[in-house]
Amino acid sequence: MKLPPTASQTVGPYLHVGLAWLTIDHVAAPDCPGQHLAIGGRVLDGDGQPVTDALVEIWQADTHGGYAHAEDTRAGPLTAGFHGFGRVPTDGDGRYRFFTIKPGPVADPQGGLQAPHLLVSVFMRGLLKRLVTRVYFPDEPRNADDQVLRLVPVERRGTLVARRTASDELAWDIILQGAGETVFFDC
Amino acid sequence: MSGTFGMPLPGYRRPPAETQPAYLEPRYVSTLKRAPSRPLVLLPHTLSEITGPVFGWNDIGAGDHDLTRQHDGEPIGERIIVSGLVLDEDGRPIPHSLVEIWQANAGGRYRHAVDQHHAALDPNFTGCGRTLTDHEGRYRFITIKPGAYPWRNHPHAWRPSHVHFSLFGPSFCTRLVTQMYFPGDPLLTRDPMYLSVPSEEARRRLIASFDWETTVPEETLGYRFDIVVRGREATPMEDPQGRRP
Repeated sequence: MKLPPTASQTVGPYLHVGLAWLTIDHVAAPDCPGQHLAIGGRVLDGDGQPVTDALVEIWQADTHGGYAHAEDTRAGPLTAGFHGFGRVPTDGDGRYRFFTIKPGPVADPQGGLQAPHLLVSVFMRGLLKRLVTRVYFPDEPRNADDQVLRLVPVERRGTLVARRTASDELAWDIILQGAGETVFFDC
Repeated sequence: MSGTFGMPLPGYRRPPAETQPAYLEPRYVSTLKRAPSRPLVLLPHTLSEITGPVFGWNDIGAGDHDLTRQHDGEPIGERIIVSGLVLDEDGRPIPHSLVEIWQANAGGRYRHAVDQHHAALDPNFTGCGRTLTDHEGRYRFITIKPGAYPWRNHPHAWRPSHVHFSLFGPSFCTRLVTQMYFPGDPLLTRDPMYLSVPSEEARRRLIASFDWETTVPEETLGYRFDIVVRGREATPMEDPQGRRP
């Protein structure tokens, strides 16, 4: 049996009614093992205006590079109680922020290791299907060999790497169109 | 089998283009400044993509599937049961998977600060529900039929009655947000969101079917809406050519 996949439709402007109950901005509890960090930024549209009705979701591995999911059958340890899922709506300035830990490196299909990364889904009015992207970490030597980053034209790779701010947070803007447009993936 | 040892895990199939809207849909004006303008990069399905968030009954409340029981009184409107199966492209049921819904009230008004439609709010209706599919992929919500409402996309723009659905499925790849429409709605023929789906057949599958089987006598009308998430590629061992996307 082969069934066609159901079509995607936009979340629309009233997404908060149905999705805000599961807001998770603290992805890692304070006692969770790993390097704790805050990562956030703004979602900006084609006019450079903040998108105040977006929803950002992340999916990530724990500090050991393990996913809280049955398909991850590697032998290494897994942090109990770490689920790896975050969801936040953007605020009135188009900002989002997650408090989490830096994930460990995850296996790549060639038998190597990927650079630490968060998978990101973005939903909003005006998006008939979600946008998928990844965010990587600054000063991370594995970025140079990451098999996914290497698929991205060199001049655009920087849009997928967060930068460290003066207050030691990680800043990463999601730019929908135009100069500095974030690289989005066909997932 | 584990990706750790260089044995690629099977990814998910890419949806046929005619089944999904494009990002840029000029008839839906909000896409103009929000659709990406650069080409997307094809993402291989690594362990990061074939895993995904898992939810359980501890994450939701026992009555969260019944949108008519969230307040002291009965909401205004036509009581309906919306139920169906969540399947993958191979017809395999997706068990124990989170399904979230939200919708306007019977008058076409959302309980949301941005909604300025002058239809009245219903003090007995919030318009938000969630459940998990059972072990055979079935879900069931009790709600009221949402009303149509005007929006500012174009002159005489009215959204057809719809229920928003959000699903996770078994992996990051299967995440899906969609809308369920109602049979016989004349507003569908001019709705740019509905029309954004290229294939007429794929559009029709966004319309629930009226369902006598789930109708409860003297109480509630039934609508059936099955949802298909992306299916898995053949495992490398099943595919002698070893084709990978």
